[in-house]
Amino acid sequence: MQLLANPVLNQIVWTLIKFAGFVLVFVLGLATVLTWTERKFSALMQNRLGPNRANFGKIRAGGLLHMLADPIKMLTKEAFTPDTPNPWMFTLAPLVAFVPALVIFAVIPFGPGENMMIATTDLGILFIFALSSLNVYGTVMGSWASNNKWSLMGGLRISAQMISYEVAVGLSLCGVFMIYNSTDLQSIVVEQGRQTFLGLPAWGILTQPLAFILYLTCAIAENKRAPFDTAEAESELTAGYWTEYSAMGWAVLALVEFVEIILIGCVGATLFLGGWNIPGVHGDTPGLVMLQIGAFVVKVIFLILVQMTIRWTLPRFRYDQVMRLGWRIMLPAALLNLLVTGVVLAFIDR
Amino acid sequence: MAKLVNRFEPAFMEQSYVFEAVKGMAITSRQFLRNLFGRRDVVTVQYPEVKHPYTPRFRGRHLLTKRDDGQVRCVACMLCATACPANCITIVAAESSDHDIEKYPSTFEIDLLKCIYCGFCEEACPCDAIRMDSGVHSVPTGNRRDQKFGKINLLELAKLSTASQGGEFRASSHEGTAHGRGEH
Repeated sequence: MQLLANPVLNQIVWTLIKFAGFVLVFVLGLATVLTWTERKFSALMQNRLGPNRANFGKIRAGGLLHMLADPIKMLTKEAFTPDTPNPWMFTLAPLVAFVPALVIFAVIPFGPGENMMIATTDLGILFIFALSSLNVYGTVMGSWASNNKWSLMGGLRISAQMISYEVAVGLSLCGVFMIYNSTDLQSIVVEQGRQTFLGLPAWGILTQPLAFILYLTCAIAENKRAPFDTAEAESELTAGYWTEYSAMGWAVLALVEFVEIILIGCVGATLFLGGWNIPGVHGDTPGLVMLQIGAFVVKVIFLILVQMTIRWTLPRFRYDQVMRLGWRIMLPAALLNLLVTGVVLAFIDR
Repeated sequence: MAKLVNRFEPAFMEQSYVFEAVKGMAITSRQFLRNLFGRRDVVTVQYPEVKHPYTPRFRGRHLLTKRDDGQVRCVACMLCATACPANCITIVAAESSDHDIEKYPSTFEIDLLKCIYCGFCEEACPCDAIRMDSGVHSVPTGNRRDQKFGKINLLELAKLSTASQGGEFRASSHEGTAHGRGEH
């Protein structure tokens, strides 16, 4: 659509609109809601009520107002900087962790058509790998600059854990783009819309079931959430890498986790649940496009809830168990998956 | 003889962890849905509105009891201050105008920040003058000074005690014991 006469300006304006709609409204809005959802979700699982006290007079809205109360609290608290030789690194670390997590959403196709992603590029999955590797730097910077042994231990654990699981994530996703013969996420989604035998859609979860389990596990491990939250491990390391953080510095680090939950949901939905595809629905009338964007949102939310259920069901792995699982089970399983996919593809005439 | 220990050997399905994790998630999801719709297993007590009743033996905020005529029952014998392991009771005795009673406390102060709520004071009291059966939680205050409870505060919750006065047991006045506590 042509908003402005100048094509370059038009491109910029449309990118900004897509950025505002997808990242600022959907991702950050959902991340804010997730801070409430997670506490309420876990509470109901554990036969508790969860937060329900924040109010305007008599309006409590089931604790929804905690979403408003939390930022007010975070903004008015003292932003404490510990006695550290690197106060700049300490302050910068949450941003360094935050930015790559947000940038990745540029390549997620949220709707049908070339324009339904912020950055129209065929790097796709490679871009995601590149930027999710940057994620570790923010947390490691923060833990190092905290000048605190607990933080340092958390940082050491997180760097080892994130780097080892990155290998398994990468290899588990290789099978997906071998099957769909592309690294461009939009064309992977289009490929998933085709029907295979028995009228089933060619979704990644059906063609690559093992890869889906591996991806979800490794992605949760990379996001350092329970059962892989050895970097926080409050029973061992107080609060791990964010022990020294308070006020908005802490809030941003906590928000990164929620943004990454959404990111895992988006990548998982795109690669394994058919992205914006609805089986049997094809077309590009505005109504159908909205419906397909809605389907994408529903799939993302489903994967987010799955992640939360895992987080509140399983107890934390010991650190050596995390590493053993990563190198001795996840990596060989991902390689096996790759091998089988390769062999099958060599014999199937596509 | 060596003792044979049967170690837990997980079956293959259990070792693979995925199925066990799914089972666990089924339990948490079931509980979530059950609590979300209708049948609630929620055990939370909405505290300020709903309170768990304390047991009768709960040692709460201290109170001083009164005689029939409304005077404070305490005779300033200092037994509670002596028994107190935290040294939180300060009593200043004064001569009573009543001929039957030798002394009364002109000030009776308990520092609640020092108090450990052990109940030795009410055990030591020969007159049933100090009690902890108010059932009231210790009171939060804005500053430390307000945590020193004087006679006025202690008499706020005052109860009437008809227990017999003094150390020896007297059958005639014992009949009037309302709470069955002051049988000294």
